[in-house]
Amino acid sequence: MSTETLNAKFIEIDGVAQTFKTKQGSFSALRDINLTVAKGEFVTLIGHSGCGKSTLLNLIAGLTIPTQGHLLCANREIAGPGPERAVVFQNHSLLPWLTCFENVYLGVERVFGAASKSTGAASENKTQLMARTDAALALVGLTAAAHKRPGEISGGMKQRVGIARALAMEPKVLLMDEPFGALDALTRAKLQDELLDIVARTQSTVVMVTHDVDEAVLLSDKIVMLTNGPGATLGEVLQVDLPRPRSRVALADSPAYLGYRKAVIDFLYTRQAHVEKVA
Amino acid sequence: MVSAVFHSPSATASPVVARFDTRSGYDWNSLLMAVLPPVLGLLLMVLIWSMVSMATAGSIPTPIDTAKQAIDIFSDPFYRKGPNDQGVGWNVLASLQRVGLGFGLAALVGIPAGFVIGRFEFMSRMFNPLISLMRPVSPLAWLPIGLLVFKGAHPAAIWTIFICSIWPMIINTAVGVQRVPQDYMNVARVLNLSEWKIVTKILFPSVLPYMLTGVRLAVGTAWLVIVAAEMLTGGVGIGFWVWDEWNNLNVKNIIIAIFVIGIVGLLLEYALIKIASAFTYEEVKS
Repeated sequence: MSTETLNAKFIEIDGVAQTFKTKQGSFSALRDINLTVAKGEFVTLIGHSGCGKSTLLNLIAGLTIPTQGHLLCANREIAGPGPERAVVFQNHSLLPWLTCFENVYLGVERVFGAASKSTGAASENKTQLMARTDAALALVGLTAAAHKRPGEISGGMKQRVGIARALAMEPKVLLMDEPFGALDALTRAKLQDELLDIVARTQSTVVMVTHDVDEAVLLSDKIVMLTNGPGATLGEVLQVDLPRPRSRVALADSPAYLGYRKAVIDFLYTRQAHVEKVA
Repeated sequence: MVSAVFHSPSATASPVVARFDTRSGYDWNSLLMAVLPPVLGLLLMVLIWSMVSMATAGSIPTPIDTAKQAIDIFSDPFYRKGPNDQGVGWNVLASLQRVGLGFGLAALVGIPAGFVIGRFEFMSRMFNPLISLMRPVSPLAWLPIGLLVFKGAHPAAIWTIFICSIWPMIINTAVGVQRVPQDYMNVARVLNLSEWKIVTKILFPSVLPYMLTGVRLAVGTAWLVIVAAEMLTGGVGIGFWVWDEWNNLNVKNIIIAIFVIGIVGLLLEYALIKIASAFTYEEVKS
């Protein structure tokens, strides 16, 4: 496969369905999911609660394996989780007994340290690993809090450490599961701006789950809208062609921005407002 | 005048401080609440004790007689006049040594067993019925088995302590392992951590508070059981001392022994709570 097609189909999701076994029998969470993500693309998954957004993200992460179909990342089957697909969890999931630095270092050490036999890269020494950790914390503006424990910093700072931990591993794909969902509106806006900036600098490929329409339009190149579950599938894929860098203030009254916003709201509240209409 | 206020901050600040001081003062009220009720409780106990003493016509000694005897005993806690007549200090130390040995062995077996049972569902299903069956049995019922197998009173007492303190440690450690948040395990999977890193960086720190609760329960039970076990096995030990003084009809010493057992148990509990809170992380507590 040529580099160009590989770049266009960096993540390839082909005919994926996910069924969970419950006590009441099997429950179909996702069906007929076909989606590609290009290298460097920012894709958000949006939909109502319980539509399987997080399930789809977990499938890309490799935390769960699909019951049908298959997923490819860089033309290799996703068979399990790995540091090349770093995850930023909804509730930050930092280890409370480690400092911010140690939390980030844990991932860095695994990817670039002596234990990184699988990647084939030359292992780095401790100074280099610590420099990488410091750089990641500096990227999210947390150098000063590096030696604090997660219990001693605010929710927004914790989420930034989670992002630093993911970015420090230099992943091929950054997967984010409602990373700002638990934050207040002002902190969320600040972190969204920071994320825009970081993604622009690192040229990351990002798949992000959200339930916030403005967040989706502001950040994405592509918004993937899911229908209501059970048996959710792709409802509509919206290409967002707003120029970058984007500024939330400038976009607030831009007709293009409002048009995209309206399209997503239409989908969520008119066409997918009730489960009965789909079923 | 505005300028005067700005140029003499000390002059304006001092009356404020003074007013604040007079209003708060020393908090006598809370000191009273902290001291008065416990003192009243102790007085009530002494009162009831005196009444019982009077009602039994002195066969239960009075608090004052007991206190005099206690001063006598504690003036020389470490004397040795033959194997069956040793100071109260030696008896307490002998009991603590048995508890330490039995408990230590139980920790060596119980904590790893708890990890295995918590980590593997197969093991949990295999051992849970056994644990449920054994746990309600009084550890003293195991004493004859210990005497038979180890052919000695001292190891049999340690065996009894081992049996009674192993269950809380197995159960609490296993529960701790089962309750390690799935998020942390997902982090481990995404970071692709080695099994060693998972144990040292994730499992052990998050299980530690549960494990220490198990240790605390185990030591508490062990201290309860040692007294009864030593009454049966004899030798040196606080339990045997109680029984020996009963045979001598020395009731004052029995009452003193009850206080000693209580105070040592309290100190053990307090020390272990201190250790547990030092190792419990903020987010695990809540």
